Amino acid sequence: MAANSSASLAIEDVTLRYGGNNGVLAVDRVSFTVAPNEFTVIVGPSGCGKSSLLYLVAGLIELTGGRILVNDRAVDRPGPDRGMVFQGYTLFPWLTVSQNVEYGLKRKKIPSLERDVIVEQYLDAVGLYPFADHFPAQLSGGMKQRVAIARSLANDPEVLLMDEPFGALDSQTRGTMQKLLLKVWEQSQKTVLFVTHDIDEAILLGDRVIVMTARPGRIKADIRVDIPRPRSMDLVMEPEFIQLKRRILGLLHDEIDEEH
Amino acid sequence: MPRTMSKKSSFLLRILVPFADVPRWLIVALGIFIWILVALGWVYLTYGGVIPPLFLPPPGAVMGKAGDMIVDGSLYKNTLSSVQVVLYGFIISSIVAVPLGLWMGTYRVVQGLIEPLVNFIRYLPVTSFVPLFILWIGIGLEERIAVIFFGTFFQQLVMISTAANSVSRDLVNASYTLGTKRHEVVWHVIFPAALPAILDTLRVTMGWAWTYLVVAEMVAASSGLGYMSMKAMRGFQVDTIFLAILTIGALGMLMDQAFRFLHLKLAPWA
Ligand SMILES: Nc1ncnc2c1ncn2[C@@H]1O[C@H](COP(=O)(O)OP(=O)(O)OP(=O)(O)O)[C@@H](O)[C@H]1O
Ligand SMILES: [Mg+2]
Repeated sequence: MAANSSASLAIEDVTLRYGGNNGVLAVDRVSFTVAPNEFTVIVGPSGCGKSSLLYLVAGLIELTGGRILVNDRAVDRPGPDRGMVFQGYTLFPWLTVSQNVEYGLKRKKIPSLERDVIVEQYLDAVGLYPFADHFPAQLSGGMKQRVAIARSLANDPEVLLMDEPFGALDSQTRGTMQKLLLKVWEQSQKTVLFVTHDIDEAILLGDRVIVMTARPGRIKADIRVDIPRPRSMDLVMEPEFIQLKRRILGLLHDEIDEEH
Repeated sequence: MPRTMSKKSSFLLRILVPFADVPRWLIVALGIFIWILVALGWVYLTYGGVIPPLFLPPPGAVMGKAGDMIVDGSLYKNTLSSVQVVLYGFIISSIVAVPLGLWMGTYRVVQGLIEPLVNFIRYLPVTSFVPLFILWIGIGLEERIAVIFFGTFFQQLVMISTAANSVSRDLVNASYTLGTKRHEVVWHVIFPAALPAILDTLRVTMGWAWTYLVVAEMVAASSGLGYMSMKAMRGFQVDTIFLAILTIGALGMLMDQAFRFLHLKLAPWA
């Protein structure tokens, strides 16, 4: 993969309220920083504001309080420096697989020959080169999500925001995708903010796991994952993995119990 | 594709599965069958003496009339005149309605400005404007085009605006994170995303444009299929009226096919 840039990320006292003063408080005074190249995973009960937090970092919605800095510059709008893989399918249905991956490169006015090389490289990386000329409607859910990942990576963002990108996949495909993502991340070195429901996935992928409280989302715990890389699926049997998983599950269950 | 029926189940059962695919030959056969049925009904009602020819002309009379009017060139002339009116009105309307509708559906301010007016005009009967158009525009081709335009434009605007507004917000969001600028969104995302719905709108409103033809040619026309049937009405020439109606229907079917083809070419993904 091409030499890449990555950025530091600072979330400072960020609050988000939907729908005016009496609206839903979705995110409540959240602060944390992410170092360049760091892989940070966010877990939390459903509806706790994980997606909202990613939308805020992407600049797609306006925060109610606090600020977000990317490389010490305040986020005030969306931009290609912060790529995002969405929770639902967001491929452009009118473009073929390769045209989808090419989209951001065109916006950046990268010359056609160079674009072709990059598109081929990333389609190859997600194993979809043979489907380059298919439309998204002709792909399975897992394939769509792989294209979405290739589309984000090809655009070479400094920060990669991933909102449960493998949530809809079966466990086998999910495993393949995790390996793939780790491989690409290790080569490209990006700052990653990754949301998931799956604790195994969180520990397997993350340098650290941030656990959020039930709505309004606050930070409940910030746990470092000191398991050396490269990590493999076999880790899930190791005692230190199981211990970490117990701890995170415990924290999450406290939250879910409190809700009921 | 999951199969919900076993191969053993009968043909009838299989073609009655909701949304099930049916062989192409069957679709064609069904389409021909319904026309044969209508034709047989027509033959029975007329030649069987059920309905007197003054009210329903027999197929032979309509075909004879068609022959006469083809030979003397008047069917061709009237058809051409009507096609011209409908196409001009429809194309001018579409050229304005597509971009304006996209802006309406994308920008709330544009919608806020235009929609109250459009929703008022949309319900006005086109017929009531014919005398005004004659007063303002005169009795030429332009007046007839104006009638078609008036009948289709406001409907198109509302439907295209709705299509633009229903584009997934996350599709737009995804385009932002890939570097699309705000002012580029209409052209790069909203338009292609709404294109299948826009083409459907155009196809449907083309049908409506044809239905306004008779209104357009009712007054102040000297040729056209609507004019032809209005004139025939005065002489109780029911066979001519039928010929005009059948011609309009055939042209409509042709245009519909043309739009299906256009859809296949311009929006092959949907
Ligand atoms: N557009 C919106 N308008 C109003 N409230 C919203 C909106 N989007 C989200 N919310 C509210 O904000 C809260 C957080 O939503 P968000 O989508 O960020 O949760 P999440 O943690 O991503 O949930 P999940 O794990 O189910 O995806 C939810 O309780 C939801 O009701
Ligand atoms: Mg979410």
